[in-house]
Amino acid sequence: MAKEMKPNEIIGSIDYNPPKTDWMSTPVQIKPGMFCWGAKAKSINTVGFPNARDWNPGEEDWKLPENWQGTVLEGIADRLKKYRSFRLFMDICVRCGACADKCHFYIGSGDPKNMPVLRAELMRSVYRRYFTTPGKMLGKLAGARDLDINVLKEWWYYFFQCTECRRCSVFCPYGIDTAEITIMGRELMNLLGLNIEWTMGPVAACYMKGNHLGLEPHTITSNIEFMLDDIETITGIKVNPSFNRKGAEILFVTPSGDLFADPGTYTCMGYLMLFHELGLDYTWSTYASEGGNFGFFTSNEMAKRLNSKIYAEAKRLGVKYIIGGECGHMWRVLNQYMDTWNGPADFLEVPKSPITGTVFENTKSTKMVHIVEFTADLIKNGKLKLDPSRNDHLKVTFHDSCNTARGMGFFEEPRFVAKAVCNNFYEMPEDTIREKTFCCGSGSGLNAGEDMDLRMRGGLPRANAVKFVRDKYGVNMLANICAIDRAALTTSMNYWVPGVGVTGVHELVANALVMKGEKPRTTDLRGEPLPNAGGESDV
Amino acid sequence: MRALLPFITVIVLVLLAIVGVEAANLQFLFGVVIPYAAAAIFLAGVIYKVVSWGRVPVPFRIPTTCGQQKTLPWIKQSRIENPTTSAGVITRMLLEVFLFRSLFRNLKTELREGPQLSYGSDKWLWLAGLSFHWTFLLILIRHLRFFTQNVPIPVQMLEHLDSFLQIGLPLLYITDVIFLAAVTFLLIRRFTIPQVKYISLAADYFPLFLILGIGVSGVLMRYFIKTDVVGVKELTMSLVSFSPAIPKDGPGTIFYVHLFLISALFAYFPFSKLVHMGGVFLSPTRNLANNSRMVRHVNPWNYPVKVHTYEEYENDFREKMKTAGIPVEKE
Ligand code: HEM
Ligand code: SF4
Ligand code: SF4
Repeated sequence: MAKEMKPNEIIGSIDYNPPKTDWMSTPVQIKPGMFCWGAKAKSINTVGFPNARDWNPGEEDWKLPENWQGTVLEGIADRLKKYRSFRLFMDICVRCGACADKCHFYIGSGDPKNMPVLRAELMRSVYRRYFTTPGKMLGKLAGARDLDINVLKEWWYYFFQCTECRRCSVFCPYGIDTAEITIMGRELMNLLGLNIEWTMGPVAACYMKGNHLGLEPHTITSNIEFMLDDIETITGIKVNPSFNRKGAEILFVTPSGDLFADPGTYTCMGYLMLFHELGLDYTWSTYASEGGNFGFFTSNEMAKRLNSKIYAEAKRLGVKYIIGGECGHMWRVLNQYMDTWNGPADFLEVPKSPITGTVFENTKSTKMVHIVEFTADLIKNGKLKLDPSRNDHLKVTFHDSCNTARGMGFFEEPRFVAKAVCNNFYEMPEDTIREKTFCCGSGSGLNAGEDMDLRMRGGLPRANAVKFVRDKYGVNMLANICAIDRAALTTSMNYWVPGVGVTGVHELVANALVMKGEKPRTTDLRGEPLPNAGGESDV
Repeated sequence: MRALLPFITVIVLVLLAIVGVEAANLQFLFGVVIPYAAAAIFLAGVIYKVVSWGRVPVPFRIPTTCGQQKTLPWIKQSRIENPTTSAGVITRMLLEVFLFRSLFRNLKTELREGPQLSYGSDKWLWLAGLSFHWTFLLILIRHLRFFTQNVPIPVQMLEHLDSFLQIGLPLLYITDVIFLAAVTFLLIRRFTIPQVKYISLAADYFPLFLILGIGVSGVLMRYFIKTDVVGVKELTMSLVSFSPAIPKDGPGTIFYVHLFLISALFAYFPFSKLVHMGGVFLSPTRNLANNSRMVRHVNPWNYPVKVHTYEEYENDFREKMKTAGIPVEKE
């Protein structure tokens, strides 16, 4: 393992001037700290993927199957026939360079192969060589090159240095989405068993146990019981959720990260408190206990296999509709993929808030509402008693997750909710939020421990924008609606902008939520004393 | 090297035309055969390309959303940047095609002392790109006067507007100036911006040199080495009426150079990045509505997959579930 780099070492190492040697003649260097461990045989076997074996990307021999070139080329040919995006994006790039400095990994590393255009060219050069006439005839002159082991290793290295955040696609004049190319690239890696353990482990766990963390049913209930105890300590209220309950009106699905570690658990306490206060007729499921989908970072097919549980469980339990928790890539999948894969959900009803009567027409096919949409509607209709001053010790800014931003357009709902429950809200600079938001740096299954150098580099642009509002307004809390953010940004803030905490929006909601019959609160959900608590109670 | 070879290729093309016409008297080849062949390759090639893209399905609805989604009625949707209707999608596409909307967002990222990352507005590429494409289009339209017996009124109006500065004789067209300036800018930035230089292939320099060659030969022909316009029109009219004939005291060599370079561009078009023109319209991140929670998008090749069913799950965990008080299907 390389020793961890210090922030000023990372900054000092960034040089945007490309090397002297042309990129095709610059062989890839697999650098420690910049990649994740290879997937274990056990994880690959669990889901029946090819070439299961233990392997180490840091070693010379990757234990590839025989005729791996053939497999890859067939895989490309197959996908060129299935995905117009892939086909088109292989053909139409003009290399104008507009996307080049838009990628957080390029900004944080200066490595030219992290420019989205060059990341895509890694694949395009091979596409030209085997699938286009000029490439077959003119070779290197036409920007074509053979697929050899070094090229394969380069693909692997750089397709796992892309978080599929789609920021590049916002700026490209043709909407070329490098994430689509990375997704295809990872599918091809998958055919050779070149997965990373940080995604394959969770995929295998999710397949067998229902969630990425591999929490078994009794662990899910006991983890939630811990939270219930904390809620009771803070509010005096005993919350009593149900699990796998048939006949509930609503199924609630959230990323398992919310059940496991703080600060995600505080967000989860927020959901529990809100639903209790509303008296919502809802149930958790231990079978469909994962909203997120690491399968999506592996292959389309795997993503579909994991996603199928949500509708299957909704059907088995006989609920009317589904509410989904705060998560980023989960919502891109739910918005752009779920219904196509596993729909139509004709056994469900169009979601209708039992509290306000609002019908969520925008979800009339998937029948799945985002909890922030649900809460925004409650607040707008005055159904929640809120005391935002309980969040007065916080100066809050909001991070748009890549996937909800560019795969959905979820901008105003979380801001509306956050501003309703906090008095101090500040936006980061315009070019770093909404559709131009920066990735946390650890998305798409890259939030491992061994690739910390990569993650901190990729996290730099986001962190730097937070630093700006911290220095300018004293911001001390970064709100978001994503479980990976809650984990990854915590690390990134500690590294780049110490003193800034990370929170889910529903933690802020629950802090402000005045519940029926609660005792005077003296602390927030984290056990930190409330700003004006002393005046109201004698603790 | 990646720039030199394309440059030499264009020079060779120019020389070929000069030698072909002046020394070998191949007027018919350069004036008739090659242009027809190029036009045929262009048409067939572009149609083939677009059809071959069009035949590939769009399995998922993957627009890149660049504005607020349609959600609760009191939240204002960004109807163009995040469209849910065909009208919205069409407007979004028109803005992309005619105004290069996405390129207009361009920023320049800089890492300053502090460290502080800053994102400055950078519209030069947008301006040059847009100027280049629009003047290219306008010049093409202006050329219609060579291909129509009675020049259509709009084309005449365009000519008048274009030469309103009333400089020189023949009158200077503003589009010519902007066109050459824009192409030159696009070429220079390929050499001077380190990142752009690094990603540029021969296939990026070649069209620029070629188009610059077309522009320069056109300007030379109009303003400097004057050629017989009547002869040119006689030839072009004979081409479009499919009764090709080289006029007796036909146009000068410079015309053949111009025509040959254009033929090269047309023939090269379908095999190169220049097909981006067709691609813009088909791009799934831009031409789809973000309505996949409202209307189910169907994937024509969706296939059943192996899943881990609830039954299997309960079989694995029944006892633990019972102990934890979680209801089960089979006791
Ligand atoms: C629907 C029509 C078209 C659209 C929307 C379009 C759009 C664009 C955009 C946005 C760029 C990138 C910016 C730039 O480098 O200028 C570009 C580049 C380019 N386009 Fe087009 N284009 C179209 C048609 C054409 C046609 C007909 C040609 C004719 C040859 C052409 C030639 C080029 C060239 C050569 C470049 C690269 C410029 C460079 O290397 O810097 N385009 N196009
Ligand atoms: S912005 Fe689009 S066309 Fe330009 S280099 Fe990047 S991917 Fe290619
Ligand atoms: S999708 Fe995001 S991480 Fe991947 S190349 Fe584009 S900007 Fe970079």
